[in-house]
Amino acid sequence: MIAAVSFENVSRHFGSVKAVDSVDLEVQPGEFFAMLGPSGSGKTTCLRLIAGFEHPTAGAISIFGERAEGVPPYRRNVNTVFQDYALFPHMNVLDNVAYGLKVKGVSKTERIRTAEDALALVRLPGYGTRKPGQLSGGQRQRVALARALINRPKVLLLDEPLGALDLKLRENMQEELKALQKSLGITFIFVTHDQGEALSMADRVAVFNDGRIMQVGTPQDIYTRPASRFVADFVGSSNVVPPDFVKRHCQRDGWGSLRPEAIRVSTQANGTGIPARVVSVSYIGAATRLGLDAEGLRLHATVPAGVTVPERGADVVLSFGANALHVMEADA
Amino acid sequence: MRSDRKASAPLGLKVATACGLLFLHVPILLIFVYAFTTEDKTYQWPPPGFTTQWLGVTWNRPDVWEALTVSVKVAAIATLIAIVLGTLCAAAVSGSRFFGREVISLLIILPIALPGIITGISLRSAFSLMDIPFSTWTIVLGHATFCVVVVYNNAVARFRRTSGSLIEASYDLGADGFQTFRHVVLPNIGTALLAGGMLAFALSFDEVIVTTFTAGQQQTLPIWMLEELVRPRQRPVTNVVAMVVVLVTLIPIVAAYYLTREGDQVSGAGK
Repeated sequence: MIAAVSFENVSRHFGSVKAVDSVDLEVQPGEFFAMLGPSGSGKTTCLRLIAGFEHPTAGAISIFGERAEGVPPYRRNVNTVFQDYALFPHMNVLDNVAYGLKVKGVSKTERIRTAEDALALVRLPGYGTRKPGQLSGGQRQRVALARALINRPKVLLLDEPLGALDLKLRENMQEELKALQKSLGITFIFVTHDQGEALSMADRVAVFNDGRIMQVGTPQDIYTRPASRFVADFVGSSNVVPPDFVKRHCQRDGWGSLRPEAIRVSTQANGTGIPARVVSVSYIGAATRLGLDAEGLRLHATVPAGVTVPERGADVVLSFGANALHVMEADA
Repeated sequence: MRSDRKASAPLGLKVATACGLLFLHVPILLIFVYAFTTEDKTYQWPPPGFTTQWLGVTWNRPDVWEALTVSVKVAAIATLIAIVLGTLCAAAVSGSRFFGREVISLLIILPIALPGIITGISLRSAFSLMDIPFSTWTIVLGHATFCVVVVYNNAVARFRRTSGSLIEASYDLGADGFQTFRHVVLPNIGTALLAGGMLAFALSFDEVIVTTFTAGQQQTLPIWMLEELVRPRQRPVTNVVAMVVVLVTLIPIVAAYYLTREGDQVSGAGK
């Protein structure tokens, strides 16, 4: 099968800054793919390389098997939802959505009909005559989405699409975007720094750091089997434990990752396990997060609601299942 | 709402404001009054009588029409040159980062800060060195030097307020460079260009100093007026022309003010 987007050893350097540094990547057709990473990790530059706004310093990019070098943005079958939406302020919503058809020379009646369908698709029917300035953030985002989908792109790029929305709206849009992607069957590639968003929406996630991809995998892979300390720490704030701890508790070599929710905290002092002291207790709604001092390490554990929570300063015993401690391949 | 907003200003301040306004505008009003006086040799106060005959006299003077034609032609062409060059400069300076960008920006603005006499002398010697005969075209070039600045300033401010992602969005949706300029860039900077163009036209229309240095036998309207003042013949004609100049330059300046005020919201700041 031909990959929707493929990067072969792609680099983009700005002077001495390596924004993207020898990245290899394959996104499959119809996939909902997330690029996750802290700001400045190169994920947005990767998106701009696919859109054609940046050109690789080295390496090759292919979009559905065709080499992308020298193809200007307006000839790529790829569309973008911009972080600031970039709606044309002097056009009304309908003209914004129909812009892609207008520049292709589609007749007026045809493009109005198609644009109205697109607005209905993003659940904004009848908003065509308004100006972008008269819309809320969530509505602008839907217009930007409709505008980007009007040319029926093979790949849709979304740059921090939900970043400017409030929490409730963000959760709704996550579900909607996912449903839209499944029904259209278009490859979606979206950039985010929010690990929760990446895990809940994407079929696969690439974790970026310092211009490189640290790990690519399904959300389950990334979450339960992080390849490196960076991934373990960035995705879901895991407990990263040093090799001597791993050696003692599961007789293997390498750094380990231990999810906070995998640690059982027992207040029975005579139980078997690792003795620890509670140094902080913070209530986070569905669970309580404990800071623990164990074997000279600072560990975090989450205790689900309904379970007795030990007090600060209490001595407890920690235990975890044999599979809970994941040993990471990479050192970094 | 603060209650003291409605409180009136102290009397002293009111008097001072009135004096300031009178100082600024009474001389201009005098020009208007003398356009209708019956006496045509000296500016006698109070005017012995009022007449509208000078409007007709002015209308029938071919030298006024000649000077007006030169002025309009010069202002129009200089403005056109300024719009093209000023917009291109503004696009380059705001659209990209390069070494010496701020210096170039300063060098573009400099002609308006320089005294007109310096611009005039330097242009005159440059034209002489290059053996360019003085004509309407040398006046146009002289005026273009400061007209470019006005257009540039307006355009660069608008470019800075226009989000760069708008242009990228247009490319992304399949528009090439020309379509992007026509459908996205031009509508966004249009009012700024119009405002800049109007100011440039007004500046050129009443320019004297640079014109004196760059003109050959041609007389623009302001130069004609200057010459007219030393010749005591049908003096009120000059005043009629002055009145027209005030009106002609006032309209574009007021229009430019309203045009730039409307575009105050940041284009493309869609968050």
